[in-house]
Amino acid sequence: MKLTRKEVQHIALLARLGLSEEEIEKFRIQLSNILENFEILKQLNTTDVPPTAQSIALQNILRQDETKPSYPAEDILANAPQREGNCFKVRAVLE
Amino acid sequence: MNDLHQLTISRAHKLLKEKKISSVELTKACLEHLGSVEKKVQACVSTCEDVALTQAKAADKAIGSGKIKPLTGIPALIKDVICTKGIKTTCSSKILANFIPPYDATVIEKLKKDNVVILGKANMDEFAMGSSTENSAFFPTRNPWDLDRVPGGSSGGSAAGMAVDEAIYALGSDTGGSIRQPAGFCSVVGLKPTYGRVSRYGLVAFASSLDQIGPVTKDVTDCALVLNVIAGHDPQDSTSVTNPVPDYTKSLNSDIKGMKIGIPKEYFVEGMQPEVRAGIEAAIKKLQELGAKIDREVSLPLTRYALAVYYIIAPSEASANLARYDGVKYGYSYQDTSNMWEAMEKTKQFGFGAEVKRRIMLGTYALSAGYYDAYYLKAQKVRTLIIREFKDAFEKYDALVTPTSPTVPFKLGEKVDDPIQMYLSDVCTLPINIAGLPAISVPAGFVDGLPFGMQIIGKPFDEETILHIAYAYEQATDWHKKKPSI
Repeated sequence: MKLTRKEVQHIALLARLGLSEEEIEKFRIQLSNILENFEILKQLNTTDVPPTAQSIALQNILRQDETKPSYPAEDILANAPQREGNCFKVRAVLE
Repeated sequence: MNDLHQLTISRAHKLLKEKKISSVELTKACLEHLGSVEKKVQACVSTCEDVALTQAKAADKAIGSGKIKPLTGIPALIKDVICTKGIKTTCSSKILANFIPPYDATVIEKLKKDNVVILGKANMDEFAMGSSTENSAFFPTRNPWDLDRVPGGSSGGSAAGMAVDEAIYALGSDTGGSIRQPAGFCSVVGLKPTYGRVSRYGLVAFASSLDQIGPVTKDVTDCALVLNVIAGHDPQDSTSVTNPVPDYTKSLNSDIKGMKIGIPKEYFVEGMQPEVRAGIEAAIKKLQELGAKIDREVSLPLTRYALAVYYIIAPSEASANLARYDGVKYGYSYQDTSNMWEAMEKTKQFGFGAEVKRRIMLGTYALSAGYYDAYYLKAQKVRTLIIREFKDAFEKYDALVTPTSPTVPFKLGEKVDDPIQMYLSDVCTLPINIAGLPAISVPAGFVDGLPFGMQIIGKPFDEETILHIAYAYEQATDWHKKKPSI
């Protein structure tokens, strides 16, 4: 499984992860090698095997829909890189 | 007494209860000692002396009024991936370098209810991704047994801190071996509870179906004492189970006669250091002398697939979990642009280190259109097979015993440029997370002054049996009493 530069850039775009030129090349090689190691799974027949998302067989947990006090807005906004009033400030989504 | 920092929880508790020492004295002794060794070991991202002394005073007050629990007034290091209200929680990442959580993780809330003392936040691989603590964005932690070597990871700070008595106990987190592997590398005790035994609320998420918080301690008794407090259901974590929490100290019994222990041969991997193999053989012989029935003809052939399964599932979950670091709500935020996408991309580019980026890329790829079935779904199916294989084995055995790692600690820098070699150092621990089982690492010997650990694996929610075996082994050996000269 050899990744191309284009594929690496495509994955980075999906993850919204900026990469330098050197990182694109480094990850192209390293990820190709790691993916090669995953080929081993093809040896196993998994037809009719259900997938496991987590190891304990818990069903959906339900609770009463009761209102409870939340954290104070001031506490939550204390880590905000940019704020305006009681809101997180973001850049324009639509130009 | 000026060697108070060397105490275990059980001994410190006795002295506090008899009022022979105060929590303030104990806390000051730990802080002073921490200050003298920290330059060499670098186990802590930050220390919080003021908080610690305030908490110690409160603990002394509680003790004075007769309210003392086993952990009351006892100083701890907390891995910096566990949220502590008002105390910086960085995940050893630039992206959270200044993050101060507005709330406590559930485990911290539980500890605070018992009036514990928090000394500081332990260093780790960034976002718990790594096996050497070299992926910390701030500095690597060093192995106290040889400062040129790694302490293991990702809970390297917690384990190294315990080895040099910087605190009385520590909390770590374990996604693929991150408590057990460093515990083995530093010759301390580390336990990963069954998935669902301890609440993950407030544990900064890496791989949500694999992560668990657990104790890193100086002996097995302390491990049981800490687990007693942190285990249990939490409405804030819907994957935490409602099973009642037993008193784990009741499992601390040195009689293991008739206990059925399997030794899965696949864990004695190719490339395993011969001296570690011999050391684990000796440990198994010791268990046999103690009366355990050892079966060496155990085979778990799917073990060889675990590494691939883990490195598909963990990065996939990580890529989803780490999407939240967009520079909007908290954390590092790239400001030098008016473009939203550019800001998001550069925030991650400059905020995350190489291993985190590598795993985001890997996970995003495994989840992407056209590859989901071949990688993520396939890995989830093989996960089912691995769980079944363990289940079958546990029909016959009370516990399984393996090395914690195939080697003693390696040198700093030795594996940083070779991710696959680094991943292989967790080959004995990560199958356990895939199956969600509990496992403990206990000190089991040394090769030329470098420690290695023995891993004891249990049935789901049977922490009692592995603590029982670990305790019996500890009583019969002296490894846990050896300390690095530093």
